Amino acid sequence: MVEVACPSYVRSFTLLADNNRIAIHPILPIPEREEVYFYWNGQKLKAKRGEMIASALIANGISIFGHHHKDGSAQGIFCANGQCSQCSVIANGIAVKSCMTAVSENMIVQSLEGLPVLPTIDTPLNFEPLEYVKTDVLIIGGGPAGLSAAIELGKQNIPTLLIDDKYALGGKLVLQTHKFFGSQEDSSAGTRGIEIGRNLAADVAKYNSIEVWLNSTAVFVFSDKKVGILKDGIYKIVEPKRILNTAGAREKFLRFPGNNLARIYGAGAFQTLVNRDLVRPTQRLFIIGGGNVGLIAGYHSLQAGIEVVGLAEAMPVCGGYKVHSDKLKRLGVPIYTSHSILCANGKEAVESITIAEIDKNFQPLPGTEKTFACDTILIAVGLNPLSEFTLEAMEAGIPVEAAGDALEIAEASSAMFNGKIAGVKIAAELKGTRENPIPEEWYAKAEELKSPPGKTKNYQTPEKEEGIFPILHCLQEIPCNPCTTVCPTNSIKTEDGSLIAVPVYQGSCIGCGKCLLICPGLAITLVDYRKDKENPTVSIVYEVSNYPVKTGDKKILNDIDANELGEYIITAVKDFPKQHTQIVKFQVPKAIAKKVAGFRIQNKNVSTPLGNPVILEKTSDEAMVCLCERVSVSQVRELIKKGITDLNQIKAITRAGMGPCGSKTCEVLIKGLLRAEGIPEKEVVPNTKRPLFIEIPLEKFPDERAK
Amino acid sequence: MKKIYDIIVIGAGSIGLPTAYNLAKAGMKVLVLETEPSPGQGNNKKAIGGVRATHSDFGKINICLRSIEILKTWQEDKGEDIGWLSNGYSYPAYNEKDAKELQDLMQIQQNFGLNIKWLSPDEYSEIVPGILKEGLQGSTYSPEDGSCSPLLVSAAYFEHCYKVGVEFHFQECVTGFDISAGKINKVFTNKGIYSCAKVVNSAGSYAREIGQLANLDLPVFPENHEAGITEPVERFFGPMVIDMRLAPGSANFYFYQNNEGQIVFCITPDPPVAGIDNRSTSVFLPMCSKRMLTIYPRLCNLKVRRTWRGQYPMTPDGFPVVGIMGEVNNLVNAVGMCGQGFMLGPGMGELITRICLESTTDKDLKILESFDPYRQFTSQEAFK
Repeated sequence: MVEVACPSYVRSFTLLADNNRIAIHPILPIPEREEVYFYWNGQKLKAKRGEMIASALIANGISIFGHHHKDGSAQGIFCANGQCSQCSVIANGIAVKSCMTAVSENMIVQSLEGLPVLPTIDTPLNFEPLEYVKTDVLIIGGGPAGLSAAIELGKQNIPTLLIDDKYALGGKLVLQTHKFFGSQEDSSAGTRGIEIGRNLAADVAKYNSIEVWLNSTAVFVFSDKKVGILKDGIYKIVEPKRILNTAGAREKFLRFPGNNLARIYGAGAFQTLVNRDLVRPTQRLFIIGGGNVGLIAGYHSLQAGIEVVGLAEAMPVCGGYKVHSDKLKRLGVPIYTSHSILCANGKEAVESITIAEIDKNFQPLPGTEKTFACDTILIAVGLNPLSEFTLEAMEAGIPVEAAGDALEIAEASSAMFNGKIAGVKIAAELKGTRENPIPEEWYAKAEELKSPPGKTKNYQTPEKEEGIFPILHCLQEIPCNPCTTVCPTNSIKTEDGSLIAVPVYQGSCIGCGKCLLICPGLAITLVDYRKDKENPTVSIVYEVSNYPVKTGDKKILNDIDANELGEYIITAVKDFPKQHTQIVKFQVPKAIAKKVAGFRIQNKNVSTPLGNPVILEKTSDEAMVCLCERVSVSQVRELIKKGITDLNQIKAITRAGMGPCGSKTCEVLIKGLLRAEGIPEKEVVPNTKRPLFIEIPLEKFPDERAK
Repeated sequence: MKKIYDIIVIGAGSIGLPTAYNLAKAGMKVLVLETEPSPGQGNNKKAIGGVRATHSDFGKINICLRSIEILKTWQEDKGEDIGWLSNGYSYPAYNEKDAKELQDLMQIQQNFGLNIKWLSPDEYSEIVPGILKEGLQGSTYSPEDGSCSPLLVSAAYFEHCYKVGVEFHFQECVTGFDISAGKINKVFTNKGIYSCAKVVNSAGSYAREIGQLANLDLPVFPENHEAGITEPVERFFGPMVIDMRLAPGSANFYFYQNNEGQIVFCITPDPPVAGIDNRSTSVFLPMCSKRMLTIYPRLCNLKVRRTWRGQYPMTPDGFPVVGIMGEVNNLVNAVGMCGQGFMLGPGMGELITRICLESTTDKDLKILESFDPYRQFTSQEAFK
């Protein structure tokens, strides 16, 4: 604790340490940033200049930002993306979203308790004329798809406005510290997402015909063919000839008792806090959902020094790539398949989670309940395309394309490729080109890149126990092949030459280790019999250096499925700083050498369940479907039982969907509830979508020239 | 399939729902035909929720006084919380001419039994703190007017309709009538044929089209209006504020704080935008926010949450058209509510019921003079 001088209006003199910052990270550099001070409920706190209030609070260990005006329950970060309003606080007297508002020197920040009080500012206002901007193409979203499209439009010198609501281009790529799948030529496979984002942004910057607006949110495509955009806090009207929607996706949420506790949120929020803002929002995390998003978030947590208590997946097998789940298990994170969340427990914020095994109908099996102490639950149960800008443009009669997750949920490798297709297509349309400019094979490639995982095969490892060669612990068909293109002796090929087939080693390995370093799944080891045939050396690629390893350390080795193979001593550690990677070597008996796939880093006791499971008295009916308006499952179910299947009427009666987020979360949950009640999808009337995409202060809109 | 009803009500909106409820309560066998999938999904839910008896004629003042009575006591009488707030209405005047006109009108309104008074600029600032005082001459204030949620009101009427046995057919569109000897005998829809003794046309923006199916020329012409709602904040001002002045591009505009704490606002485009188009335009917020913030800068930090567009089914003089037109003597028209269907609805539903049951009172007949389908449509509603 540090004594600091503070203004008279501040009650407390205690300065909390901002301990929850990530000080070391295997992949990300930790920049030196200037410190500023601000006040939280009368307490002086440290922040980094320019960071968001939410991140500064989390860095100081504060996760409850206020209490909801309807039921007084605690609120904190939820989307970290400016879409909901759960993280609202009062900053210098005005209610703001703490995830989108930068902290400033001496800012007075207070928790939002109930409804905010409007500040009494009664000075007459001066209005400015609104700026109207014309462009050929408006691209909404500067992620992998938007950037790839912009590059194609730039090549053809087409006036393009690319907008993104963040302060940097790259979209979710800026959060992706891991290496990418796909193929090297089409989607920079083997390169880390953050670098791909930077490279694409640098490419875009080369073209004079592309204007980039950062910190710019599209609020609606109006019927008069104009798009309202809030740019750096100033409202502007853009009139595009074409629109490309590359705004990405939004995460699905789940219904379970306790789902309105603070410290439950999605993977996007988590990755933003951890990988962009470099704060540690949790000490002990539990993850729901074994798709790639959940699995990667688990891996990112370990790299951020966060304990991952476990991951539960409702299906018998994780939906994400097997190499991701294998990697996580090997590092010591248990994955509970055929398990679901029963409830989140805690007073105001998560203190523990109870999961249970589920049957074929997703019903929990009594007696299988397990409770784990954790402070945060991450929900990663899938994404939905952010399609509203596409639909709005269609209603307005502006020709529109979508690419990336806004079109269809797939990997970023696919987003880059279909973004490129969309860019070329729009350019051709604007130039009046008659014939289709897209070669047939591009569509085939686009299909291939978005392929879900296919069959799982057996190892096809050489019989011989001599020389040196790679073991490919990559047994599931996924669209990925950088190991085949990087091998200098051309010794790795996919089974049938296609992108999706599993790789097979056949040929003459020279032990260069390039395949180890490029493999996005970290699924290749190198076995070297040359020095000692009985006790060959196994090389394992490692990128969790915040759990440091050195020669002489003992580690528990395990096979592909995390079965333990015994404890062995590290014989060498080789650093590859450019790749942010290490290669760790062990000498092991030949009997296990080909099986070794990795080693455990997380202590087993992290994942030990509590002695007695916590089973809430609450039923699943008490789960919330609408967090904004605090509408419960039972309120909605009662209406469904009365025969109401129109989401607009459910909204009219319960207010579900009338809150600040605009039904971004509850619509999917209510549709799920209707499905669970046996209502056929064709009988369900969807919500009417209306402006605005996000809430915006009234003062942003006046047009001095308004008629 | 042929079914026989006493009365078929066309439209499950602001007028149709209270009408159906009162008819069924009186023992009628009622069928409501609605093209939307649920009640109140046309322009009812587009209403901003204000309910005033502050009108300029005997008919609307009295219908709305009754509406206020029904809505104000709804929770007590029927149980549902419809979000009623007796927050009052105010018409501030920013020049002497407007002040005089409003004060002259007040005389008439008071004579019709309306509780309305004149507030000085200082008195007005007390109930609307921070309102622009420069040029303010004072304001009318009718404290018994109020507001409630149109969504909750239509849901509540719907619930009570079910209790008294009203039958609803949603996503069903009236396509024609079988008319003989000046009477509708059958109603044709895209899904069936129904026989009935009487038909109520409460089809809102589509009232003219329904009239045409019966060879009537109802002077109902929808005009598009846009509205918006903000985030909720602690209550900070009382009444609905209506600024009647003309400005380039717009006529009056108005806003109030509902019982959730949200500010709901709306503007009347000038010239009017005729037709039916529910798509939002880029013009509304820049225009409406400018006018609102000019007279009430305190609203500047309020965040706009949602905007929408709906229709005012207008008549040439701004008064509804209610009653039977001679050519078809069992078709009761309750149309052309001119954007006031929500506030007229509860009282109007009772009146339509009495017309259908042929039990109108002398007062009803006097009220109906305002809404006479055969009037000349030459006068102009002061509070259109």
